[in-house]
Amino acid sequence: MKLLTHNMLQCHIKGVKNGYPLKIEAEKVEEREQDYEPDFLRHIFPRINWDALREGAAAMGIDDLPESASEELLEDDEFLKKFHHALLEVHLEEGALVCPETGRKFPVSDGIPNLLLQEDEC
Amino acid sequence: MQDEDSFALVDALAANLEAWQRCPPRLCLEVGCGSGYVVCSLALLLRQAGAAAQLLATDVNPRAAAATAQTLAAHQVRDRVDIVLADLASALLPSIAGLVDVLVFNPPYVPTPDEEVERGGIAAAWAGGERGRRVADRLLRLVPALLSPRGEMFLVAVHENDPPELMQLMEAAGFEARVALQRSADEERLTILHFRRRPGETAGAAAAAAAGGAAAAGAAGAAPAPE
Ligand SMILES: C[S@@+](CC[C@H](N)C(=O)[O-])C[C@H]1O[C@@H](n2cnc3c(N)ncnc32)[C@H](O)[C@@H]1O
Repeated sequence: MKLLTHNMLQCHIKGVKNGYPLKIEAEKVEEREQDYEPDFLRHIFPRINWDALREGAAAMGIDDLPESASEELLEDDEFLKKFHHALLEVHLEEGALVCPETGRKFPVSDGIPNLLLQEDEC
Repeated sequence: MQDEDSFALVDALAANLEAWQRCPPRLCLEVGCGSGYVVCSLALLLRQAGAAAQLLATDVNPRAAAATAQTLAAHQVRDRVDIVLADLASALLPSIAGLVDVLVFNPPYVPTPDEEVERGGIAAAWAGGERGRRVADRLLRLVPALLSPRGEMFLVAVHENDPPELMQLMEAAGFEARVALQRSADEERLTILHFRRRPGETAGAAAAAAAGGAAAAGAAGAAPAPE
């Protein structure tokens, strides 16, 4: 699971109000190279929750993202490369995503997060 | 052949290659990825189109998710596609609202008693409940929220699902609907439907989608299990 995906996932248990962002518990992280595509990065940037990305990256051992980011930075190649790496090249292989409100843990195994709910949760 | 539905869907997707070369999709989502054949084919098509795109795939069946991972790895596109075990797009809304450029769904479409849909398990691959529409209709309600202003959706349907009515439903929701492909296989009459936002309604619809994301997510969460 990439941080791009993490940025879009929330706990949707019935009644939960603050199910975002999910806290990452990392057991196994892999970094794999992916084509550097500034077009994609510029397209998605306005919809990325920066704090969630930064927190998620930190939980996976990546701590070179700036504290805040604005559109002007998209002209800066050095910034784009860091953004690219954190968003698309760092994969959570094993671990869990934890709901910030309820503490419910969603397991991640073989890189696949399991957000399925039990019957009494939906 | 039991996979004719997926083949037909991929053929319909492949017919869009040129359009995607001109206007590359950025974010794609397949709901119910099963074996992974469709999302893998889509990833390869987009690579061929030179599109800088990322893909997401969901399923409710852990075995399907694992199969999809294998299929993707075998074709060197595992890192383009993230797989999430989730009901429809529930865990992704509202964050993903208005971001999906290409949405693909080959739903469980076989008419069955409704109980079979709720039972889940392996039957989730085909059991479509009344008229085979129970699962497809739940996703269609989320489509206005999910799709980006330029977004499009491909949906597999069989005769029993009443494709003309599906088209009317989506037209009423502000979409252009057309039959992308029609094919008879075994006892099934397959139709691949193609929906896209009607030009001119784009801006308003996108704004509504962004604003309605939370409500849509609520509806998705409430639908599957009756209390
Ligand atoms: C007809 S099969 C699709 C087959 C797939 N296109 C392939 O090539 O293997 C339907 C798939 O949808 C999944 N599914 C059923 N209900 C679902 C739901 N509520 N959310 C997500 N996936 C679902 C099933 O597990 C199954 O994998």
